Amino acid sequence: MMKLKKDSQKGTLLNFVGIAVLFAALLVFQQSSFASPYMRGILIQCCYVIIMVTSLNIPNGFMGQFSLGHVGFMAVGAYTSALVTKALVQVGVPYTGLPGYAMFLVAVLVGALMAGLFGLMVSVPALRLRGDYLAIITLGFGEIIRVIIQNIPIAGGKGLAEGQAGQPLIGIKNFSNMYVIVGLTIACVALMYAFVRSKYGRAIKAIRDDEIASEAAGINTTYYKVLAFTVSAFFAGVAGAIFAHRGLGTLQTSDFTFVKSTEYVLMVVLGGMGSLTGSIISAVVLSILPEVLRAFAQYRMLIYAFLLVLMMLFRPIGLCGTWEFSLLDTLRGIRGHKPKKPQAPAGVKREEVSEDV
Amino acid sequence: MSEQKIVLQAEHLGIHFGGLKAVDDFNLELCEGELVGLIGPNGAGKTTVFNMLTGVYEPTEGKEYLLGSCLNGKKVYQIVAAGIARTFQNIRLFREMTVLENVMAAFTKDIKYGMGRTLARSGGFWQEEESAYTRAMELLSLFGLQDKKAELATNLPYGQQRKLEIARALATDMKVLLLDEPAAGMNPTETAELLDCINLIRQKFHVSILLIEHDMSLVMKICERIIVLDYGCTIASGTPAEIAGNKRVIAAYLGEEDEEEGSVC
Ligand SMILES: Nc1ncnc2c1ncn2[C@@H]1O[C@H](COP(=O)(O)OP(=O)(O)O)[C@@H](O)[C@H]1O
Ligand SMILES: [Mg+2]
Repeated sequence: MMKLKKDSQKGTLLNFVGIAVLFAALLVFQQSSFASPYMRGILIQCCYVIIMVTSLNIPNGFMGQFSLGHVGFMAVGAYTSALVTKALVQVGVPYTGLPGYAMFLVAVLVGALMAGLFGLMVSVPALRLRGDYLAIITLGFGEIIRVIIQNIPIAGGKGLAEGQAGQPLIGIKNFSNMYVIVGLTIACVALMYAFVRSKYGRAIKAIRDDEIASEAAGINTTYYKVLAFTVSAFFAGVAGAIFAHRGLGTLQTSDFTFVKSTEYVLMVVLGGMGSLTGSIISAVVLSILPEVLRAFAQYRMLIYAFLLVLMMLFRPIGLCGTWEFSLLDTLRGIRGHKPKKPQAPAGVKREEVSEDV
Repeated sequence: MSEQKIVLQAEHLGIHFGGLKAVDDFNLELCEGELVGLIGPNGAGKTTVFNMLTGVYEPTEGKEYLLGSCLNGKKVYQIVAAGIARTFQNIRLFREMTVLENVMAAFTKDIKYGMGRTLARSGGFWQEEESAYTRAMELLSLFGLQDKKAELATNLPYGQQRKLEIARALATDMKVLLLDEPAAGMNPTETAELLDCINLIRQKFHVSILLIEHDMSLVMKICERIIVLDYGCTIASGTPAEIAGNKRVIAAYLGEEDEEEGSVC
């Protein structure tokens, strides 16, 4: 009895060990000569990109509802949290040391909640559509959010009457403590993992595979679609909040164009639609790669496109398919146990399911 | 039969698509534990009847009752929750999910934990998951699928996919089961297994079944009553013996089937 729970607890314990090792490595890194502001910057970029890609995988990969406006929610999270910290600093809350990080976490939460609210508002009309139409409408919403922000005076805009593009929002405090941000990232990934490994995950995967059959299995598809979209937007808000406080001190709406959304979508596809592990790997690799290949920076999008074409030709399910890394399974594998789920990856791209009943 | 409780009742159900009257004046009284066959030539409107009964199509006329309460205007998932489950003429599984997940997905509406407990993995989350798992495995064992639980649904052979679809329907804890041509595309061995399957379901669950089927010998063998549709109209209804001797049915259905032999089904 309760084998599921035991397995999960063992896994959790192991994961805590893994996280401890990770933090130890971080500590070593911090002390080493590697730890230039530049390297720290890359690490923090990896973190918010990981959150962006894993959260986008929920609607796009797990649920099969293609969203192209994910940076819109990131923008909401970024601006909201930045305004929160700015306001708090203005009224005299100390922004260094422990109170500073408490303030930061509050701002992250507010930003994420606001992004989730936007996710909810967008998803109700958008999720009536499917496929290409959904992609286009989410793209549209993403742009609308960006343009609205551009025109809100408090966010640096000149107001609609002026009719000009906004100024950057400046004077944002630096909250780029690596431990806090890495911890936040781990927490986000863990929460998303818990979400997809539950009745919610089963429901949204069922919707991906066959919406008509999901309804016939008693799943309120509208509810679960909106929920998944909202959860996804919430975490994009967290990523946005980290982005806003990464230390540059400014935010501008050009950080949130739909080209960015496309990049995140690309990372989801390359990593594997329906694999958080794959999302993490592709987020890290594609954040670091451009830095390594600085000399070819202008060819970045070309390289991405080339990667995508190769992937579609030789491994259309993405790097990891729907496989998830598990420390427990890996250790069992090393000790000679057979892996628990020998899942054959489906060979080809998902087939379209007919609409006729 | 007549003293038994009526579970599902349809009164003058009808629907038209544009000018086409797909189903007209369909009446049904399905009693507790009863197995009724719904037959008719291709395009007669059988699947359309299922789609109306399950809320996929809103009937343009008529009423539907489950245990006396009206189901008109309800959404598909609400009708499932009320107690009507179905399978599809063209199998519809969650193809990229495991066999186990396919059945567990149908427990979604019964699993009580909310978002908080999901994220914290606390307060009965594991009890609920465990009991869902146990119930799913029971259903899978019933169909001999327990060893395939980790297999992706799309990798199952055809006969087992049909069984899995029925298992998923049963997992919704229904009172009425609608089976749309479950034996279509099966070989005689698989059909025989399916027959055992249906008998088993009837023993194990107190379920009423409405069955669409082209295999006449199967229908004649297991149905207590048969309703015959042709061009959307009910042309006959009665016991298998009555139907077998009915002139209109022979003309509309059996005769036509002879002509159609070898053509698409
Ligand atoms: N959504 C729809 N739109 C238009 N016509 C439909 C629709 N669904 C079914 N029909 C028509 O209704 C008739 C009955 O179809 P159906 O119920 O599938 O027959 P069958 O008895 O073979 O299951 C057919 O002529 C079909 O073309
Ligand atoms: Mg049909």
